[in-house]
Amino acid sequence: MQNRYDFIYLFDVKDGNPNGDPDAGNLPRVDAETGHGLVTDVCLKRKVRNFVELAKGENAEGYKIYVREKAVLNRKHEEAYKQFDLKPESKKLPKKVEDAKKVTGFMLSNFFDIRTFGAVMTTEINCGQVRGPVQLTFGRSIDPVISSEHALTRMAVTNEKDLEKERTMGRKFTIPYGLYCSHGFISAPLAEQTGFSDDDLELFWKSLEQMFDHDRSAARGEMSARGLLVFKHNDRLGNTSAHALFDRVTIDRVDPSEPVRNFSGYRVRFDGVPVDEIVSPGGETDLGNGVTLMRRF
Amino acid sequence: MAQGVKLLVSGDYACWTRPEMKAERVSYDVMTPSGARGILEAIYWKPQIRWIIDKIHVFNPIRFTNVRRNEVASKIPVGNIKSAMNGGGKVLALYADQDRQQRATLLLTNVRYGIEAHFEVIDSRERDGSITSDPAAKHLDTFNRRVKKGQCFHRPYLGTREFAADFHPVEGDWPVCPEELHGVRELGFMLHDIDFTDNMTPRFFRARMVDGVIDVAGCLNQTGGALA
Repeated sequence: MQNRYDFIYLFDVKDGNPNGDPDAGNLPRVDAETGHGLVTDVCLKRKVRNFVELAKGENAEGYKIYVREKAVLNRKHEEAYKQFDLKPESKKLPKKVEDAKKVTGFMLSNFFDIRTFGAVMTTEINCGQVRGPVQLTFGRSIDPVISSEHALTRMAVTNEKDLEKERTMGRKFTIPYGLYCSHGFISAPLAEQTGFSDDDLELFWKSLEQMFDHDRSAARGEMSARGLLVFKHNDRLGNTSAHALFDRVTIDRVDPSEPVRNFSGYRVRFDGVPVDEIVSPGGETDLGNGVTLMRRF
Repeated sequence: MAQGVKLLVSGDYACWTRPEMKAERVSYDVMTPSGARGILEAIYWKPQIRWIIDKIHVFNPIRFTNVRRNEVASKIPVGNIKSAMNGGGKVLALYADQDRQQRATLLLTNVRYGIEAHFEVIDSRERDGSITSDPAAKHLDTFNRRVKKGQCFHRPYLGTREFAADFHPVEGDWPVCPEELHGVRELGFMLHDIDFTDNMTPRFFRARMVDGVIDVAGCLNQTGGALA
């Protein structure tokens, strides 16, 4: 991979909770000062990993996922887990630098998530620590979000002794609608170090496009990827500042006086012009100065 | 020979983790010299040079917020990788939901800093053994050119990688320091940097901010250098 990429990733949620806050009883994460909704970087990375595992199969050569989540796996994994004790048993370090390199190289060539996001592979020696080329920021909603609390009843009880009691109540939190934007960066020199290839990149874009389609659950509501604007630099170190490119994209409400409940309530513009006029989904356009704007979807 | 540079960095969030509170991360009030060095190195670094931070300017009021996340508890054990490489039947994977920790981060929001630094040429030799006539000028020029063009080796970040940093060249004067940062503020012992030549020993210094500026070199002089 010989280019630097900076990207803007847009996704929305309808009547769901995109990312619960463990500190706030699983309410949707909110910036306390501004009321904007938040989705952490690690939340998005989790979905990328899950998607790649689904798309490639759990043990695909070169596309294994190191940090796994059982929810997306079949029962076999549980057996495997029982069969092999995966708890770290030793803190042995490679004695020689070449050994450490070999170990790191083995992990990089086998695991997609380590090539992409990096990993900490030892406890004391730095050589086993890998920085991945792909760096994501928190997703942040365009407008402040309001979370609604819904009380639910349950017609069954868990314990026998509760059988005679009244039915239990539950709680659920949703955001009626929120459009979120996350920024991402892909460093060509770091890609070179981890062996992150153009094929890997393609898979990464695909995961951003499709990952919400495979992450349906009662809590999430309807989540969709809405846009991926990728700035491709001809120079591997980049041709211009990322923030200067990001600032050219503006997202605002079509009718600021009405609350938005749909993606169509927002306008994505580039240099003040509707983005559709600049580049159509799947297309690309040359911005000059060595930067190409690619619109993946 | 020393060469000075200036850089303006900003971002929505930052976390300069205090080493004494890193399980549930708590950020320092301001950027550490080690964090500033990391930003410069993300833009330009070669083994021939060493960045030294002179001053850190703080341009935005210090505001904290809190984020709690699910994280995994373990690092990747090297022993297991080795046995897998040798054909041993280990399944190399970490199950996030069985190895989970919830950790909070007290982080800074809406930050903007100025970095004043210089570098020392510690080795003038190129990789092929040749020596450029003016190595310092070469490195300085490359750094400034990259900053101007927004180029970086990898995206610099404000403490942790999810908090990406925007960086700008400084043209003319520094921005104005806000009223509430005026005066003298003792920041206590702060991490200065990790000494990688001495088995990664952390070095601390007594940081003092005067009108939004931490004179790192001055603070170091007062305490007689960084303390282990």
